[in-house]
Amino acid sequence: MTFHPFDFDGQALQARASGALLWPARRWLIVADLHLGKSERMARRGGALLPPYETLATLDRLEAEIAATDPAVVVSLGDGFDDDAAGRALPDDICDRLRAMAQGRRWIWISGNHDPAAVCPRLPGDSLEQLSDGLILRHEAGAGPDVSGHFHPCIRLAGQRRRCFLVGRDHLILPAFGAYTGGLEVTDRALQALVPKGIAIACGARALPVPVGQGRRAGAA
Amino acid sequence: MTLPPAFQDWFARQGWQPHPHQLDLLAATGDSLLIAPTGGGKTLAGFLPSLVALTAPHRGMHTLYVSPLKALTADIARNLSRPVADLGLDIRIEDRTGDTKAGQRARQRVDPPDILLTTPESLALMLSYEQAPAIFGGLRRVVLDELHALAENKRGDQLMLALSRLRALAPDLQVTGLSATVEDPSRLARFMGGATVIHADPGPDPDIAMLATAKAPPWAGAGGHYAVSDVLEAVAQATTTIIFINTRAQAELFFQALWAANDANLPIGLHHGSLSREARARTEAAMAAGELRAVVATGSLDLGIDWGAVDLVIQVGAPRNVKRLVQRIGRANHRYNAPSRARIVPASRFEVIECVAALQAVRERDLDGDDRGPGPLDVLCQHILLTACAGPFDADALFAEVRTAGPYAHLTRADFDACLEFAATGGYALRAYDRWQRLMERDGLWRLRDPRAARNLRMNIGTIVEAEMLKVRFRGRGGAPLGEVEEGFAATLAPGDTFLIGGQTVRYDTLREMVVEVTKQPSKEPRIATFSGMKLATSTQLSHRVLALIGDPAAHAGLPADARDWLALQARVSTLPRPGTLLTEAFPHQGRWHLAVYGFAGRNALQTLGLLMTRLMEEAGLAPLGFLATDYALLIWSLDPVTDPAPLLDREGLREGLGDWLASNAVMKRSFRNVATIAGLIQRNLPGARKSGRQATFSSDILYDTLRKYDPDHLMLRITAAEASRGLVDFGRIEEMLDRTDRLDHRMLERVSPLAAPLMLELGRVPIAGQGRERMAEAEAAAMMAEAGLS
Repeated sequence: MTFHPFDFDGQALQARASGALLWPARRWLIVADLHLGKSERMARRGGALLPPYETLATLDRLEAEIAATDPAVVVSLGDGFDDDAAGRALPDDICDRLRAMAQGRRWIWISGNHDPAAVCPRLPGDSLEQLSDGLILRHEAGAGPDVSGHFHPCIRLAGQRRRCFLVGRDHLILPAFGAYTGGLEVTDRALQALVPKGIAIACGARALPVPVGQGRRAGAA
Repeated sequence: MTLPPAFQDWFARQGWQPHPHQLDLLAATGDSLLIAPTGGGKTLAGFLPSLVALTAPHRGMHTLYVSPLKALTADIARNLSRPVADLGLDIRIEDRTGDTKAGQRARQRVDPPDILLTTPESLALMLSYEQAPAIFGGLRRVVLDELHALAENKRGDQLMLALSRLRALAPDLQVTGLSATVEDPSRLARFMGGATVIHADPGPDPDIAMLATAKAPPWAGAGGHYAVSDVLEAVAQATTTIIFINTRAQAELFFQALWAANDANLPIGLHHGSLSREARARTEAAMAAGELRAVVATGSLDLGIDWGAVDLVIQVGAPRNVKRLVQRIGRANHRYNAPSRARIVPASRFEVIECVAALQAVRERDLDGDDRGPGPLDVLCQHILLTACAGPFDADALFAEVRTAGPYAHLTRADFDACLEFAATGGYALRAYDRWQRLMERDGLWRLRDPRAARNLRMNIGTIVEAEMLKVRFRGRGGAPLGEVEEGFAATLAPGDTFLIGGQTVRYDTLREMVVEVTKQPSKEPRIATFSGMKLATSTQLSHRVLALIGDPAAHAGLPADARDWLALQARVSTLPRPGTLLTEAFPHQGRWHLAVYGFAGRNALQTLGLLMTRLMEEAGLAPLGFLATDYALLIWSLDPVTDPAPLLDREGLREGLGDWLASNAVMKRSFRNVATIAGLIQRNLPGARKSGRQATFSSDILYDTLRKYDPDHLMLRITAAEASRGLVDFGRIEEMLDRTDRLDHRMLERVSPLAAPLMLELGRVPIAGQGRERMAEAEAAAMMAEAGLS
């Protein structure tokens, strides 16, 4: 399936295979950790000159998700820009495309640790620290229940590492939507502390739910 | 130069006569390449001119010695100290490798020793310092050891680029290459930028033959286990034996089989690249101390310290390559001028023929060598960046300098400029980094935009890119390290699976913080450990010999009786493959149609051919189900028969398929990762950086996919595609196979032919599956949900 339906904090949600979260009742599309401008930031700091196409690639996928779901509200759940300077340095054609995507809908940039200002004066939308409207949306998980990003969760499945949603009782953690983003395995202590037991929903060609935490493969160990 | 009296006396006191080649090298006035067998006093020959010259005072570094192995530099330092002390020479000799302490390194930069012993990587690092002109300005001699081995890979290309720098910094430089026996000394001389070849007396012909075994080799398989008791007997009769085996997994299995039959408790050790460094060092120390009667080894022992006591080499499995066989035989060199003794153990009937062909080639001193082609551009990219670390440079001057390096003698200006462009701006079609160029041109000179970048660039030095390896440990607190396995292998393990490592069977328990945790499982039969994906293919020339031998019934007299009968039956039932004809056979077996293609192009090329032909079969509606490749033949099974193989072997069709298939192929992604790491596009993972599950960086696969989509003509993709003609994809040998094929001979048979029968028993079948990976993931996820009661 291109999405996996589940309930969190009393709301019916869909984890999409792309890594975006859809809240159908409100028509909200939520994406975390776009990290736009990542290769520009690395080059600016004297690092490798990576193929400067990750922002294009991320926007191509975001555009496809917006076309498929026609949301009323789009939320970037923090780290939308790889840093505030990267946000300001976005090329004109990228800004044009983002403006076109935002046409006729509300756009919210939640700030993250990479982009505390979370603004690009040339882009539409509001910048917020967090959002509490039926669900609590913030960049980093706090006192639950909340929906957050930040950790870039990943899971190994059939020998492959895939980005995933991590769903527990108190926290729903989104995968990174941006193209050049590493990840943290769901077995890592930091993620286990937040979601000791729950499901991971692996992204890829299809959204695949997998149990995580206590009880996983208890018989085999 | 002639040998001064003090040196003549020294030789006399040792009871030695200088070898003629040692005196030739001393007399040489230009660059030289010495070809000498192991034990021929090669190293002393290389250093003699320096020792003689250093009897007169000299300021700064006089001689630089480069070897592929860190261990060799320490060994050489020890060996040289004796003549230096005996002759009362005032010479400082030091080594400098990745292990040298920081304080010592810093001192060497200010006050270099007379003779410095180092590796290609450490040399590249030293050349990237601003002080390089001062360190190397007075250099008079360079000695390149084991040049035959260095010339086989990118380390040699990097070394030749470093040499071009040294020649520019010290124009009076005299270079000496030292090499084991190679097929084409003049090619190796060109590789080092031109040199006079000096041949040492090659010594007597080796005593080499097949090991007589009680049992005949099996029809298929690669382990050679049928010969375990014969090998043990040979070990018992020799003083010290090296048993070479082609892959690490086979070495583990053979080692275990040897010990299971080792009733006399002969001390036998194991040495291969997947063992922990401690385990390898223990084996080497025991070997040097004469405590071992035999060591089971892979290519990890191809080079290295001479163990004088080795008097027998046993090669288990077909040698794949005559040159490597000769060099391995040379390890049994207990005395110069005594013949090396070696025995070969074919692992299967097909390998019997390859072994007979290889023995003929050894006797005829006909060595093989597949041309590596021009110097790779990723290494040049790294060289340009490191040159910038040392200081501003002029592009025209650097281009001229690089062309003095043998592998880059025919480099075009366009390719050089593409590499410079990559180093400066990334070389992207989308010009995104005009503000943040890595190199910029000012006053006609190229330099680092941000000098702080030099640190990262230096950390990325080198051309060896290891597969991502995971440590293996026993479970529990402070569990002992056993070795390493490739991450890809670890990913295929499920809890409870068993595999062999370090000669013991272990059970996989869990993966914790990037360490594979296992428990001992002595009683259980191990699952085959395939922790090294790299398999060496039989060389082009040896393949031709095998094909010629099979195709010529008059030559079958030289084969063992069972192999003779086997080929005679094949000639009756079908026909023999012979040079100029590509034999294919189609036959039904167990409800499936099979197509055997006797390509004799090596397993990597035939594996690629299998992927490409099954694609064409899929398009033709023949419903291919799977295939397998050996060094000699390709076997494809399908629901419908192939009645005309010609369209499936059409050169254009195959080449087209190659382009599409490469897009998503894991082998190509691995090549890309190597290329991108060497060129400096991605930073290598430093040891310790992957301790936790946190992936500091995204995978290189993402960069590969992104580039293919948005910048398909980028330099990195061009280099990656060029590598596909050799190595694991080896498309060049598919073309070579088609070139030597004058006609196709297709036989429709009623049943399996004698030549095809062993193929049916081979391991390594590749299923054809489009959505296979996705279906596997789905099934695994569903099973886990069900197990957790969540479905």
